[in-house]
Amino acid sequence: MEKIIQHLQGAFDVKAVKKQRNDLYFVTVGKDQAIPAVTYLRDAEGFSHLVMITVADWMEKGVFELNYIVHNYQLHADISICTNIDREEATMHSAHHLWEQAWTYQRELKEMYGIEFPGSPRVDESFNLEGWDNIPPMRREFDTLKYANETFFPRPGRVSHDPATYMKQKLYPNE
Amino acid sequence: MEDKKTFIDPDLTKRTVIGPNGEDITVDPIQDYFCDALPKKHEPKRAKIFENFFNWARAESIWVLGFGTGCGSIELYPLLTPRFDAYRFGVQMRPTPRQANLMIISGYLSVKTLKRAIRSYEQMQNPKFVMALGSCTINGGMYFDSYNTINRLDKYMPVDVYVAGCMPRPEAILAGFEALKKRIKAGKAEGANLYAENFETYKANQKKIIRDWNMPDYNW
Repeated sequence: MEKIIQHLQGAFDVKAVKKQRNDLYFVTVGKDQAIPAVTYLRDAEGFSHLVMITVADWMEKGVFELNYIVHNYQLHADISICTNIDREEATMHSAHHLWEQAWTYQRELKEMYGIEFPGSPRVDESFNLEGWDNIPPMRREFDTLKYANETFFPRPGRVSHDPATYMKQKLYPNE
Repeated sequence: MEDKKTFIDPDLTKRTVIGPNGEDITVDPIQDYFCDALPKKHEPKRAKIFENFFNWARAESIWVLGFGTGCGSIELYPLLTPRFDAYRFGVQMRPTPRQANLMIISGYLSVKTLKRAIRSYEQMQNPKFVMALGSCTINGGMYFDSYNTINRLDKYMPVDVYVAGCMPRPEAILAGFEALKKRIKAGKAEGANLYAENFETYKANQKKIIRDWNMPDYNW
């Protein structure tokens, strides 16, 4: 695995490497180098399986962190290629030519986060949310509770407690 | 965000097909395959003894539509195994809404599933009943703040009996069948009539959350 990481560092402008386990590395590269790095891992290093494309919403930093996790069946190892893209104009190069599964992941990311993947097949069709007309719901500025209270019919009488104080009242009321 | 294209089901668009003798046939599925007539209230028989007899027969032959939503669908399969054996209560599963008279909403309903559930419910023939499992159908349960799951099922379709729990075990569902039978025999399971009477309200609630409404208002 160290050798593969060294190859990656030689071929691409790697910004950070984080070793999670012996068989799991997180490699951060620039936006334009993510797809070439994934292609290199697939074609030259035997990481033939796309585990998932996932995204973390870092609202404070103003970025989406995209993760392309690929798996090598011979080494039983995973490498995640991470890249940060701008949150306001969220556009990423499509990976649909590498794996067909990427179509669906990108369709989901488009719907849930509003990330554009130009050229990806069927990316504009609705995936889970049919006819959604609000901001994409997995973005952190979207207030799900407010939306649910306005859209659905909340049944009155629901209360919620802070678990720590509630359990203390129930179990140790005198302390 | 920008305007989204509304996805129109290609099966529902008007088209011309070539018949067996080479003639052109125009097919408009919304008009031809579905009925736009409103649901009718089921009038009970004039003699009470006949109505009681029919209610007894309905109660003893509950045929469930095999429609699983959410986590409760996995609780339905053990009902048919020898351990719980729902068949001794006259309960059996049917593959199509046309043959079923009980719809079990087995857990949370996303908006996408609600659209399919409403279509299946409307395709069932009278008399028909709805059983709702789990706290998700009562007040949203643990998904009360979700952007995509409904909170109260009875705003969108009439519910005859609720089985509380998260999830209710098969014994609780059997007890729910017994409660439903009692209601049917007493002539109180009037969900389908409620749906027919308050059709406008139900449709307004459904259309409020189902934004790509590309089906007829009532299809049976």
